[in-house]
Amino acid sequence: MYRIRFHGRGGQGVKTASRILGSAFFIEGYEVQDAPRYGAERRGAPIFAYVRANKHSINERGIIQQPDLVVVADDTLIPVPAAGVLSGITQQTVILINSYESETSWRQRLNIQSPLLILPETQATTDRANQPFIGATCAGAAASLLGVISLESLKQAIEQELSGHDAAIIAQNLENAGAAYKLMQPHKGCVTQAADITASSYVSPEWIEMPTEDASISAPVIHAGLTSVEVKTGLWRTLRPVIDYDRCKQCWWVCSNFCPDAAIKVSDKGLPEIDYDHCKGCMVCVAQCPPHAIEAFPEHDFQLKEAKT
Amino acid sequence: MNRTLLTGNGAAAWGARLARTDYIPAFPITPQTEIIETLANWIDNDEMSGRLVTLESEHSMITAAGAAAATGVRVFSATSSQGLLYAIEMLYNVAGWRTPFVLVNVSRGLSAPVTLEPDHNDIMATRDTGCLQIHCSTCQEVLDSTLMAFRISEDPRVRLPVIVNLDGFYLSFTREPVNLPDANTVKTFLPPQDSEAAVFRASSPTSQAMAVLGSSPYSYFRYETHLAVMNGLQVFDETANAFAEHFGRTYSAIDAYHCDDADIVFLMIGSFATKAKVAVDQLRAAGHSVGLVRPRLLRPFPTESLQNLLRGKKGVAVIDQNLSMGKGGVLHMEVASALYGQQNAPPVLLSFIGGLGGRDFTSEEFFEMEKLTRKAVETGEVPPPRLLYNSDELRQIRKLQAIAHVERKELSE
Repeated sequence: MYRIRFHGRGGQGVKTASRILGSAFFIEGYEVQDAPRYGAERRGAPIFAYVRANKHSINERGIIQQPDLVVVADDTLIPVPAAGVLSGITQQTVILINSYESETSWRQRLNIQSPLLILPETQATTDRANQPFIGATCAGAAASLLGVISLESLKQAIEQELSGHDAAIIAQNLENAGAAYKLMQPHKGCVTQAADITASSYVSPEWIEMPTEDASISAPVIHAGLTSVEVKTGLWRTLRPVIDYDRCKQCWWVCSNFCPDAAIKVSDKGLPEIDYDHCKGCMVCVAQCPPHAIEAFPEHDFQLKEAKT
Repeated sequence: MNRTLLTGNGAAAWGARLARTDYIPAFPITPQTEIIETLANWIDNDEMSGRLVTLESEHSMITAAGAAAATGVRVFSATSSQGLLYAIEMLYNVAGWRTPFVLVNVSRGLSAPVTLEPDHNDIMATRDTGCLQIHCSTCQEVLDSTLMAFRISEDPRVRLPVIVNLDGFYLSFTREPVNLPDANTVKTFLPPQDSEAAVFRASSPTSQAMAVLGSSPYSYFRYETHLAVMNGLQVFDETANAFAEHFGRTYSAIDAYHCDDADIVFLMIGSFATKAKVAVDQLRAAGHSVGLVRPRLLRPFPTESLQNLLRGKKGVAVIDQNLSMGKGGVLHMEVASALYGQQNAPPVLLSFIGGLGGRDFTSEEFFEMEKLTRKAVETGEVPPPRLLYNSDELRQIRKLQAIAHVERKELSE
């Protein structure tokens, strides 16, 4: 059985990637299971999706513990423990990272023996409606690495999964996925199916006796918002809202009132200021600002600039 | 026959569509919402007839479902978790009215604390309402059970709501290959309702609610409802036979996997049971004679079938994905009461609690449960109920508690 896990952020098309790959496997005659996993978070939060594919029917279910292939749509997730990108990887797990950084750089940072490949990130555009179609690209790259999915099946799967969208969007996705498929062809078939575990020798789960504890610590009560302050949810951002103070009318309330995370404060001078440690990049302020004084820019460009200075 | 990839939610929606549902009272809740969204979309695009109405709560939704079903139209609805709990008062009522409709529940753990992921405390809370319950473990079963549920529900020997249960995420958002039954074959399997059975008509007032009754007539009506639920055992079997004739897929009230020659069996419901099948295969490959017993039908409880399947077994590991606070696993209690005093009943019945709030199980955990059950068979000593929870998980809780401790200290300064 093939077991594939996609990691990305809400809004990047990771669920779509898993569905495209699932459909492509199905077209190739495989039994398939694909599913996303997410919580109550909105755009930008870490999510993952997974695909199982087998020649026989699949009874295995739930999270993939030991993936054969991990595709990372957003490399900023790798250092985020909650994202669990590297969870359960073995020396056989192929890791594909969509990144501006090189393979050497990632291999040094992660210090892992697993096969590691880079899907070079294309330059993001500033037009929000024209962001890269990363889901289909990741699915295309994965299909190529697996070596059992033809380009035709991949394209048919994309058309199925994106039906209902504009012809132009479908065409762009087909183009991007096709390019990623071709780019990964030198590594065609590098993903191997891990052996199933056996009951004759296994590591016993370390079950514990649950301790009885006082309600003062065992009740699920939130006593303060300090965790919300400490956790830098700004890391979730893929787009950064930037206020053009020349256009800002200092209306003193619209952007800050609409911000669902209370991440825009108004200074003593009546100017709105964005708290980038906690702005998740939902772009509600961009949409709401009456004089259109807030613009969206790709977060990555800022991070590159900040890294240089 | 058209084989396609569908989520559990998609499969439930297809069931309602193929059943030619007339009326869908709805209220959104995660992880069920995709079902009513799918149906609303089909109705909007004229791919499906029928009417979908969004009510202001699940309480009203079930009232509307019962009132509409009383007029003889075919009714479908869906909910999850807190929504199902909010509907419970009316579930007792509409079952008391003896109105037939199908309700899909997408299981999700209850608050507090809040979770989106599944366990069975929500559906277990409706055990005593008079609604029948079918539990699914695959997306195909969700679609097929929905169709079967309409026929069982509308059978004159039953005439009660039937709840079809599927697990959130593990089925609701998981796509699997599903055979879409042919619409015309569904028409012969599930013909229109017998309109003579409906008594509630415009301009001819009747009361479904009844006057306040004394104990004796009250007992009569309550017990009649119980007997109608019990009729569900036979009606389920007949419906499953008819389903097999029409569609070639066979469903028994209890799904038994490698049970005949097994000396130890796992007993559980829902989608996690497919994981148990994997573990059974792996254990058998290692030479252990193990099987799985999975009740599909939980109300009515298939007592006799269960007694027959478990007769002569050495040990049973009952795995509950629910927790009755202050007692333990609900399924364990039900199985114990079905087996008590029976000749050749398994001498050893272990209780495991797992999968609360969707907490996943590994194959190794099934191996360990089998090992503990086998040990109990050998020693005759049954260990206390066991929560599937490991030291790593507690370590993570300790980390969070440490953060909370620092927070509180900072606040008090």
